[in-house]
Amino acid sequence: MTTTTPEEENGVKRRDFLYIAAGGLGAVGTAAAIWPFISQMNPSADVLALSTTEVDLEGIETGSEVTVVWQGKPVFVRHRTEEDIERAEDVDLADLPDPQPDADRVIKPEWLIMVGICTHLGCVPLKGQGDYGGWFCPCHGSHYDTSGRIRKGPAPLNLVIPPYEFLDDNNIKIG
Amino acid sequence: MSFEPKNPVVKWVEDRLPITGMLHHALYEYPTPKNLSYWWTFGSLAGVMLVVQIVTGIVLAMHYTPHVDMAFTSVEHIMRDVNYGWLLRYMHANGASMFFIVVYLHIFRGMYYGSYKAPRELLWWLGLVIFLLMMATAFMGYVLPWGQMSFWGATVITNLFGAIPVVGDSIVTWLWGGFAVDNPTLNRFFSLHYLLPFVIVGIVILHIWALHTNGSNNPTGVELKDKQDSIPFHPYYTVKDLYGLAIFLIFFSAFLFYAPNYMGHPDNYIPANPLVTPAHIVPEWYFLPFYAILRAVPDKLGGVLLMFGAIAVLFALPWLDKSRIRSARFRPIYKQLFWVFVLDCILLTYIGGKPAEGAYIIWGRIATVYYFVHILILLPLVGLFEKPKPLPASISEDVLSKKPASEEAANA
Ligand code: HEM
Ligand code: FES
Repeated sequence: MTTTTPEEENGVKRRDFLYIAAGGLGAVGTAAAIWPFISQMNPSADVLALSTTEVDLEGIETGSEVTVVWQGKPVFVRHRTEEDIERAEDVDLADLPDPQPDADRVIKPEWLIMVGICTHLGCVPLKGQGDYGGWFCPCHGSHYDTSGRIRKGPAPLNLVIPPYEFLDDNNIKIG
Repeated sequence: MSFEPKNPVVKWVEDRLPITGMLHHALYEYPTPKNLSYWWTFGSLAGVMLVVQIVTGIVLAMHYTPHVDMAFTSVEHIMRDVNYGWLLRYMHANGASMFFIVVYLHIFRGMYYGSYKAPRELLWWLGLVIFLLMMATAFMGYVLPWGQMSFWGATVITNLFGAIPVVGDSIVTWLWGGFAVDNPTLNRFFSLHYLLPFVIVGIVILHIWALHTNGSNNPTGVELKDKQDSIPFHPYYTVKDLYGLAIFLIFFSAFLFYAPNYMGHPDNYIPANPLVTPAHIVPEWYFLPFYAILRAVPDKLGGVLLMFGAIAVLFALPWLDKSRIRSARFRPIYKQLFWVFVLDCILLTYIGGKPAEGAYIIWGRIATVYYFVHILILLPLVGLFEKPKPLPASISEDVLSKKPASEEAANA
């Protein structure tokens, strides 16, 4: 380029502006067109609707546990013994990979309610096994204590406490 | 050498779409090094296995139902009721294993003879892309029968993405289409399991295109110098490959007819149960080395990164290997390291199938560390310090120098 045309100003040409504007708009349009194709893979309305589960606690004896299904996932409902509760409370938080006091994980100490999915890669841990008297995940060897907190193994976090409330003394609603 | 069709119809087509000429060039006259060993047969065997998987897969899809309530029974229906259904399903299930056996040998061949070195880096990359797509396809296929291993394999593998910081959980929910592996997951896996093999076909075409651009490597690693060094693909290698195929099909049939479940897991004949994980879950054998690497790290994100890293480093091989000599035949130290590496991969496969406890954890860690030490440290260093053996001047010289004199006299 040797001659300077009237459109040119500080080396920026009208054409450059048009390229960027057209390209930018094209990119936005393409992204908008792709979005439905991505979004369709997220949970659909009916899957989102199945969001609460009610559990009758009567009949779950001290020391035993039932598994209920909430949002397609297993939830452990554990009726803890005095000893379980003591073991869970009597822990130095500094020893825990994911420190959390037992009191923050229960509404009533005798009822421990948590999603029965190992926070490593999603297997269902087995109760009454492992080194801490709680749960043990056989998939890659994670040990959980009587509060469902991770103590040893590859899992990074404690077993998740789902949102739940006591409807009355013997009934809870999860979700 | 150009292609001059005699048949007027072929000529008419050729003038408008030179496809016959292209095939003629690729499968007939393609000048091939004259010294290729049977290690070069695995490429065409992989191609055959891809076709076997597609053909058996398409007919299985005619009888299979991708729904959580019916998938398991539809596979049993294929096994018991559909004419030859048992044969087709066993061909497909064992075919996947055969495909991986062939491709693993093909990859090790490339590593031994330095086939990834310039000018074949892209060829190597395309091969690794095929390998990744195969893994994705086989993983999703294994979910389709909806047995216990299907379900828990799908759960564990999709959860790997949960290790990604911040967005991990949203990605996993997006992959599942729900809050656990469920019907939406099964449906999309079926759709993708049908699609990906055809994507593989596309990449295979690019792979062969790249191959034919610079020609095949060969056991000496020395490039073709003149006409004396090469022979046309047909009939020499078509026949050699067909013979290899015949032997391979005997091997395939032995599994297919006498041990069709040998490489599977009994747990996958139990219908999926989202509330109970089998005591010992393991992936299919072809994923075991990577699974062992995943478990060697006592940290979720670390394990996932290292597992993907194990494949990522293979992409860098052409630049990590500092030696200009391709073939391990002329690299005394690399040759030994190569075999140690093979043993290490076998050890990883073995460990991956064992529970993560006691000595298995220790050995898994040692084997994992060695895998990366070989590729990231030993390979570059050996290339710099090793003193290679003298290379033959040409393929012909190498071939002739090895022939016993008596045979040469008989041929004269
Ligand atoms: C790269 C090629 C392919 C590989 C590696 C592959 C691998 C697999 C594997 C490992 C299974 C599970 C087998 C079992 O344990 O039952 C499977 C199942 C299945 N595949 Fe494929 N597949 C391929 C191509 C295809 C294609 C092109 C289709 C066409 C739709 C297909 C349709 C199916 C169906 C319907 C099933 C479920 C029935 C069954 O479990 O046997 N596959 N595949
Ligand atoms: S899924 Fe529980 S330890 Fe890996």
